[in-house]
Amino acid sequence: MIKLKEVRKSWYFTIVVAIIYLIVWVIDSGKALESLQATLNIFIKILPIFVFVFLLLTFTNYFITPKKLAGWLNKKHGWLIAIITGIISTGPIYMWYPMLQDLQKQGVRNGLIATFLYNRAIKPAHLPLIILYFGLAFTIVLTIVMAILSVVQGWLVEKIVK
Amino acid sequence: MQNLKIKQAIFKAGKGMWNMVPMLIGIVFLIGLANSLIPKSAYSKVFTGSIFDPLIGSILGSILAGSPITSYIIGGEFLAQGVSLIAITAFIVAWVTVGVITLPAEIMMLGKRFSIARNAISFVFAIIVAIITVGVLNLL
Repeated sequence: MIKLKEVRKSWYFTIVVAIIYLIVWVIDSGKALESLQATLNIFIKILPIFVFVFLLLTFTNYFITPKKLAGWLNKKHGWLIAIITGIISTGPIYMWYPMLQDLQKQGVRNGLIATFLYNRAIKPAHLPLIILYFGLAFTIVLTIVMAILSVVQGWLVEKIVK
Repeated sequence: MQNLKIKQAIFKAGKGMWNMVPMLIGIVFLIGLANSLIPKSAYSKVFTGSIFDPLIGSILGSILAGSPITSYIIGGEFLAQGVSLIAITAFIVAWVTVGVITLPAEIMMLGKRFSIARNAISFVFAIIVAIITVGVLNLL
């Protein structure tokens, strides 16, 4: 028997959803089947993109490391570097906190760190999915607007934190 | 050496994707359930079709957490349900730029003043980005 402690916390949510499905099944099996069909359709829709995202993640992991990033940020044109590195960086945001803390201690401006974090919202690997749902024009405009406003955000954060 | 680096890149990507899988599976199943159980009109009760929709989108996006991919899927479903593009844009931008759940960790690592300022500005900017993006799209 699997103990609850052995189940990764990230699965708790899925387990709760499975329990909800069971309850719905008991109340109305037709609705549960309808929901499963709708779920299957969504999975079919996102599966090819999932594979694509994996390939792109592998590609960016190969070329970009946190150490490289630290070196680039301390050079000239920091804003541009913060935008580019923010876009190409991968992984969960909290993975970057220790490194950003180091950068802060090394005297990297708070504005650059804020700009870097804001641009983590733009992920090349995610673009196909945004295009799929919202169209190419939307994706291009959103990406450009976010990249530009990230500098404004960085500037504002710098003014407030000073 | 080169092979090891490639293996590490694949492993890191695989680990990143795998970490996302539990939440993604749950979310997709939940959306499937919501699609058949919740009438389309229910969404219009959250998103009222008023000028407050971007604000509601930004609040929702700030509270909810997970992979950005999840936000696109939910956003896509919102779009299909007839929610305004400005509200959805604010939702997906806030999802990826504001971290209410990760705020304690951010404060611990990067400082209280910095983290609160960054998240507060990101919250407001989600609405501004949404308005500008949709505004530009309407001009095209």
